[in-house]
Amino acid sequence: MIIARILGTVVSTQKDERLHGKTLLIVRPINVDGSDTTGYVVAVDTVGAGFHERVLVVAGSSARLAQGMKDVPVDAAIVGVIDTVDVNSG
Amino acid sequence: MQLARVIGTVVATVKNESLEGRKLLVVQTLDRDLEPIGKPMVAIDAVGAGFGELVFWCRGKEASFPFKREDTPTDCTIIGIVDSEQHVGRG
Repeated sequence: MIIARILGTVVSTQKDERLHGKTLLIVRPINVDGSDTTGYVVAVDTVGAGFHERVLVVAGSSARLAQGMKDVPVDAAIVGVIDTVDVNSG
Repeated sequence: MQLARVIGTVVATVKNESLEGRKLLVVQTLDRDLEPIGKPMVAIDAVGAGFGELVFWCRGKEASFPFKREDTPTDCTIIGIVDSEQHVGRG
């Protein structure tokens, strides 16, 4: 899983019916120290995360294993809102 | 599967129900000389690993296989602890 920050939202009316009711968010992967990296991912929110929060993003087919995502065509899902990251790389 | 060092922990109170009770650790992937390579990842612990330990982890959907519930959404899981660094072949 990667740590990411929520940058914004995506609104889509015409989409696969299994995506109806799902919130799509734009997230940017960040480093463990909180600094930004480049690029972004559109991810489905499963936890009710908010703008600018640090979140856990699971990618690939594992994203479908999250609660409520069964058989949903996604390859990135937000599965947690991060409280703290404690790193000591020595 | 790749070798990695556990370098930290992540706390997330609000998370997907299928991740309840899982321990989240930050792992730094290592190359064959045990030097850091790439960026740290957040992994779920399946073996009881702790801070500073040398472990190996697996990526992809297979990362969810160690758990009884095969609905655990993880693409990065610690699946073993290396007993000691001397046991890592560097031939």
